[in-house]
Amino acid sequence: MTDTLQIDPIEALKDKEPSKPPRSQWRDVWDQFRKHKGALFGGGFLLFITLFVIIGPYIWTLDAQKLDIRNKDMRPIYTWLWDGSAKIAWNRPLGTDNLGRDMLANMIKGGRTSLAVGWAAMVLALFLGTLIGVLSGYFKRLDGILMRFTDLVLSLPLLPLLLVAVTLFRQPLRAAFGPEEGMFILIVGVIGITSWMQTARIVRGEVLALKEREFILAARSIGTTPGKIITRHLLPNIMSPIMVSATLGLATAIITESALSFLGVGFPSDFPTWGKMLADSVPRMTEYPERVLLPGIAISLTVLSVNYLGDGLRDALDPRVRGR
Amino acid sequence: MLTFTIRRLILSVPTLLFIALVIFLLLELAPGDPMAQVPLTVPPEVKEKMREALGLGQPAHIRFFKWLYQFFVVEPMVFWDWMWGTTYTEGMQRVISWQTRSPVMDIVVQRMPQTLWVVGMAYIVGILIALPIGIYSAYRQYSVFDQAGTFVSMIGFSIPPFFTGPLLIVLFSVQLGWFPSIYDTTHVVTDWASFKVQFMQMIMPVMVLALQTTAQISRYMRASMLENLNEDYVRTARAKGLSEAVVVMVHVLRNSMIPVVTVIALGMPAIFGGAIITENVFKVNGIGQLLLTALFANDIPMVLTLTFIFAILIVVFNLIADILYGVLDPRIRYD
Repeated sequence: MTDTLQIDPIEALKDKEPSKPPRSQWRDVWDQFRKHKGALFGGGFLLFITLFVIIGPYIWTLDAQKLDIRNKDMRPIYTWLWDGSAKIAWNRPLGTDNLGRDMLANMIKGGRTSLAVGWAAMVLALFLGTLIGVLSGYFKRLDGILMRFTDLVLSLPLLPLLLVAVTLFRQPLRAAFGPEEGMFILIVGVIGITSWMQTARIVRGEVLALKEREFILAARSIGTTPGKIITRHLLPNIMSPIMVSATLGLATAIITESALSFLGVGFPSDFPTWGKMLADSVPRMTEYPERVLLPGIAISLTVLSVNYLGDGLRDALDPRVRGR
Repeated sequence: MLTFTIRRLILSVPTLLFIALVIFLLLELAPGDPMAQVPLTVPPEVKEKMREALGLGQPAHIRFFKWLYQFFVVEPMVFWDWMWGTTYTEGMQRVISWQTRSPVMDIVVQRMPQTLWVVGMAYIVGILIALPIGIYSAYRQYSVFDQAGTFVSMIGFSIPPFFTGPLLIVLFSVQLGWFPSIYDTTHVVTDWASFKVQFMQMIMPVMVLALQTTAQISRYMRASMLENLNEDYVRTARAKGLSEAVVVMVHVLRNSMIPVVTVIALGMPAIFGGAIITENVFKVNGIGQLLLTALFANDIPMVLTLTFIFAILIVVFNLIADILYGVLDPRIRYD
């Protein structure tokens, strides 16, 4: 009886082949990301500045620390456009500072430190935030205590505490790890420890929602351990909010490090970072404005590009926005 | 609502105690020795006496509770005495700064007005600029004005105050010579001319701080307006034949302000923190600058008290934001 019944399938079901070739998720993400001009520019600039500080020292081999007192206070070559009598030289394209140290080499070295601190602090904050967020979202017993703890840390006055921590702990760490490494560990540590809270809250919210879905239930029903559920099923699904908060974290970390250097509690004085270079040149900024402008613009452009990148990523990784 | 407020107030006590403990322990673990600057010729027994004079003779927990007692009991009583001319606190130990040997709160009270003026003005100016920008860019979404507003607020987020500060100084004090680059706190406003001087010197620090506020709040205002502009009640209001101005400025604006007001309350403590940098750039001797100098001078009681004041600000404004949210939005019921 039933085998004789012929149902005409509707139009779409007649297709033997899919009308469009299947597209991977990341292709969709990239297509959406490409539409956001600011994000594209931001990503490009971040890539450029990262390459600039990584490859830079191999191309511009001048030592950033070398004193050259005869060639001090040189102006950047573009000063020549409006001031023909300015002291310029082609082998010092961005001029020199008051001790004759080359500005371009300093910018590269300073950018290296600033970006390294930014990346490292961001990774640390992301790790802490994801850990606490996943733990409190997945395990109900830990939720109350961990979230109260997050609230408490959020109500700490962070900038004053950062200042206190860096000022008070720099001596022992510098004694233990050497002046530069000690300071690096200290600054990355304090910035990371004080900026994980937003990530933790976002991750917890996502995990709470995902935990109730069927695929997690299915995974649990075949006996997957909580650790495996978290690493195999939860973490890949919360990658997009984590990536967005990573960009925000990178921007905040770069600004915080520069602010600490600016207030005079950052790296030692012979160790350039963008914030430190800016702070050091403020007293003479009327004669040599470029020494304030160059590191300032570098910080601002990097942070601006990271913020735009985050904006674009947020749109590209959100399937509700994507494809609109 | 009242029960909620009371419950939150009681809950904020352990929060504040925890924060005080964290700050105290951080300072306690720090290896700075207040006697480090004392000459080596001073004999150890004299040094011991000096330590005791600074209040360092007792173990840590006793010092912590003494500080709590001084901060929460003695200092308010001193304030009471000052208000009403009574003498309850005669002979009581107050929190003493190691730098100046005078009570910490007296110095804080001296420094507070400068910070409040600059920070308060900056916040008000920032909000006054941000709200119209947010409203208009939401109303004309994706217009040139909206795009420009997005770009400017992105810049406001990205350029740190320690760069905008020197930039403004170079431009307006050095090149143009319009405003003074250093904030003169001894300046007293007596007449119109001195008010003008005061106004001039406030413009730049206020602008630097206001840029950050504007960027943040105009974004929130825009997002909140956009959410409300597509609601059904807006269509109803238009269908009734209300003018566009009434629809946007009364119906939509009032509903959009609810989250923005809480954001404004929450942002208040952050701007006090940001003022540390701005005060440093423009040489305003407010509490941010006081914290920095105390920190470099290893003046533990001063640092402890000031950081704790910042913490109180955060907790209080969080509370205000929560309560405001409940008061403004009748849909939210806390009980």
